Amino acid sequence: MSRDSARRRTVQVFESVISVVFGIAAALLAVALIGDSPIVVAKVLFKSAFGSREDFGWTLYYTTPLIFSGLSVMMALRAGLFNIGGEGQLLWGAMGAVIVGLKLPELSPVLGSTACILGALVLGGIWGFIPGYLRAKRGSHEVILTIMLNFIAAGLTSYLTLDWFKSTENQNPETASIPAQYMLTRFTTFGDTPLNVAFILAILAVVGAWIFLWKTKAGYSIRAVGENPVAARQHGIRSDHAQIIAMTLAGALAAMAGVNEVLGSAGKFRMGFSADLGFLGIAVALLGRKRPTGVLLAAFLFGALQKGTTDLDVETEKVTRDFSQVLQALIILSVSCSWIWNSWLKKWIGGAEWKRS
Amino acid sequence: MSVLDTSFVVEFRSVCKSFGSVRASDQLSFQVRKGSIHGIVGENGAGKSTAMKLLYGLYRADSGEIRVNGQTAQFRSPLDAIAWHIGMVHQHFMLSHPHTVLENIILGVEPRNRFGFIDREAARKDIRELAKRYGLEVDLDAQVESLPVGVQQRIEILKALYRRAEILILDEPTAVLTPPEVDFLFENLRRLKDEGKTILLITHKLREVMKYTDRITVFRAGRVSGELDTANTSASEIASMMVGRAIESKFERKTVTQTKPVLEVSDWSLSLDGTKKLEKLNFKVNSGEIVGIAGVEGNGQNELVQSLLQLFWRQTVQSSGKIRFEGREIQSLRTRDILDLAISCIPQDRHREAVLLSQDCYENFMLGQIDSFTKNGFIESPRLHQTVAERMEANDVRPRAPELHLRHFSGGNQQKLVIARELEKKPKFLIAGQPTRGVDIGAIEKIHEKLIAARNDGMAILLVSSELDEVLALSDRILVFYEGRIAGEFSRETANERVLGEYMGGAK
Repeated sequence: MSRDSARRRTVQVFESVISVVFGIAAALLAVALIGDSPIVVAKVLFKSAFGSREDFGWTLYYTTPLIFSGLSVMMALRAGLFNIGGEGQLLWGAMGAVIVGLKLPELSPVLGSTACILGALVLGGIWGFIPGYLRAKRGSHEVILTIMLNFIAAGLTSYLTLDWFKSTENQNPETASIPAQYMLTRFTTFGDTPLNVAFILAILAVVGAWIFLWKTKAGYSIRAVGENPVAARQHGIRSDHAQIIAMTLAGALAAMAGVNEVLGSAGKFRMGFSADLGFLGIAVALLGRKRPTGVLLAAFLFGALQKGTTDLDVETEKVTRDFSQVLQALIILSVSCSWIWNSWLKKWIGGAEWKRS
Repeated sequence: MSVLDTSFVVEFRSVCKSFGSVRASDQLSFQVRKGSIHGIVGENGAGKSTAMKLLYGLYRADSGEIRVNGQTAQFRSPLDAIAWHIGMVHQHFMLSHPHTVLENIILGVEPRNRFGFIDREAARKDIRELAKRYGLEVDLDAQVESLPVGVQQRIEILKALYRRAEILILDEPTAVLTPPEVDFLFENLRRLKDEGKTILLITHKLREVMKYTDRITVFRAGRVSGELDTANTSASEIASMMVGRAIESKFERKTVTQTKPVLEVSDWSLSLDGTKKLEKLNFKVNSGEIVGIAGVEGNGQNELVQSLLQLFWRQTVQSSGKIRFEGREIQSLRTRDILDLAISCIPQDRHREAVLLSQDCYENFMLGQIDSFTKNGFIESPRLHQTVAERMEANDVRPRAPELHLRHFSGGNQQKLVIARELEKKPKFLIAGQPTRGVDIGAIEKIHEKLIAARNDGMAILLVSSELDEVLALSDRILVFYEGRIAGEFSRETANERVLGEYMGGAK
């Protein structure tokens, strides 16, 4: 009968793959409709994402924050909660790293980076803890809470940027730079790209999330509550604790996406740096089927698409880099329709979801 | 041939239906005579529901032929079934609770007046006539949610008749009824039969089949394993056709000599969100004793279990009285701490309260006892895997595939795993809520044996069950719940179905 579970897994993998292929195909069709060549666009996309060692480095750099924000959404989903607050959490993550960096400027490089990361984790974690606590203890809906907290985070971090830590060197809406020795090491193998140690941390987070969720008591409790809170409570699991822990971890994971920006590339908090990374995490987590390895692959795909579209401005006539949003939107749309091919797949692969009547 | 055929109102000819690699209906052939009450019996998973869903157009057959009134019928959806004058009363009623009885009956087939609006008066007249003719009187303007389940069922039957059903399929119609309501239902069904309607009765209760049907088709493992005239058969013959071997209940009820009270409930009253749920309950459960709670569902049984385990969630709780376990008051402890005192519970609603359907057997086995399988917060997989494999073997959980998600096991096998898990916790006091609900005969027998064996070893067991047969078979003492009170207490010797039925209905 383990053949059945293998089949089920196969159906799931195919479902995601077909969704992606279908989404990309639909986007290329749109290209043809506006009078550009889909083949050229596809070639540019591929070449720009994987064409050279440097291109690939950029792709991995774009992938890094998506892994974190995808894991963040996944962690909350495992507890049965929808974390729309990745955006606010990663803003606080970036701000946390900057505050620590500016306030403690004279640490050794390793200690300094570590302190900045801890600052990010704490502030991001708090921004996840707040909705987690209110949800668990007061029953307020986490979707509304996290959306509201995104606005509050955007407002507060702007205030801190402009009124407390404003850069004195220029007029840009950004903070002063943190000490250069705190920056995470970049990988020179990929040429001149900002790909840095945060990518390794992201891979470690994938492994860590898997161990935590499937091999520890706390992770088990979170999954049990997420799947069936009534049964969990009936067997003495505190659903409120599980929800709070999951949301706090989700906040901390999202904060790491901010770390990638501050310690990996900018060295400061630039207002509006995120470009919806927190929201893309939702798509990544869903496309990755709430599994750590799935999140890794989905983040890589979205990272490649983001990098791939950067060259569209120069290489094609009508299609611009905003095409990446069309692609992402169509893939998300096609993922949410995956039940359509799910039923065909089940017929072909057979016997997957059958239940005795 | 065709002359003969018309006497069969429904005929299955070699009908097959597969789900993936599993044959749910395998070469089904049987006939139903017009104007009869025809019993469809079989264990859970034997394929009786599948067969009826094929007939009602909810599934499409892979091959074979279904004939209605001698003509080949194609069923693509329930609309086709309704066109063939087939109606179905589902086990879980399909009623819209905030609407009135009249609105529910005409839903989807509303008569229109010449302005295109719903013609309520015409509908009212038609339904009144139907109700009178078949003895199914109901208040057409009452809101459905305010009506007892017996009446709701009558509305479902009226709904089918209003859609001109000649053939009525009833899926486990007595599961939710009290004994007097059951009698009333079958009176109605007889009347329908006398008026020429054909009734297909899906059930696993042999007593009903023997008492009320004319003919029986027995299902086993997706096939028809027997067709019988009720007059010429016996319950034990049907039972052995259902399971493929002779059934004999053989459990030894030892006299347990040294008993002491394990659970004591004194003057326990409870209100939830301002509504009175339990009133001054007083009872004890001793070691080596099964105390059965009989009663129609919704008379305080759930609230009693909630009280014992402190399972209140976002409810305003007002309570008074004491609950003691081995002399210690537990009414103000947390669920986790109560369970840690060696109290276990087989929850009443398996899917909702007992299992994680999208997780495998390992994960489900850990529920509530993860501390026995973790070291420093990490799960000890090898030990867990070994224990689960052993328990699945010992309790005959089929298939022996612990990595399979629980939703792919039949109800009986899920329940065997749940019971194995709860007994693994070595409780001194066990709450067994509907332990055999949705479980097939073979498994019922094994579960009953387990419970009796646990009792013989000195466990105190509180059995909450809406199956009177089960309460009577297992309990040393029986408490009847009615509207949150203990309406009567009986010893094993003095209890019988008739007396309990009266107390359950609130007559006494």
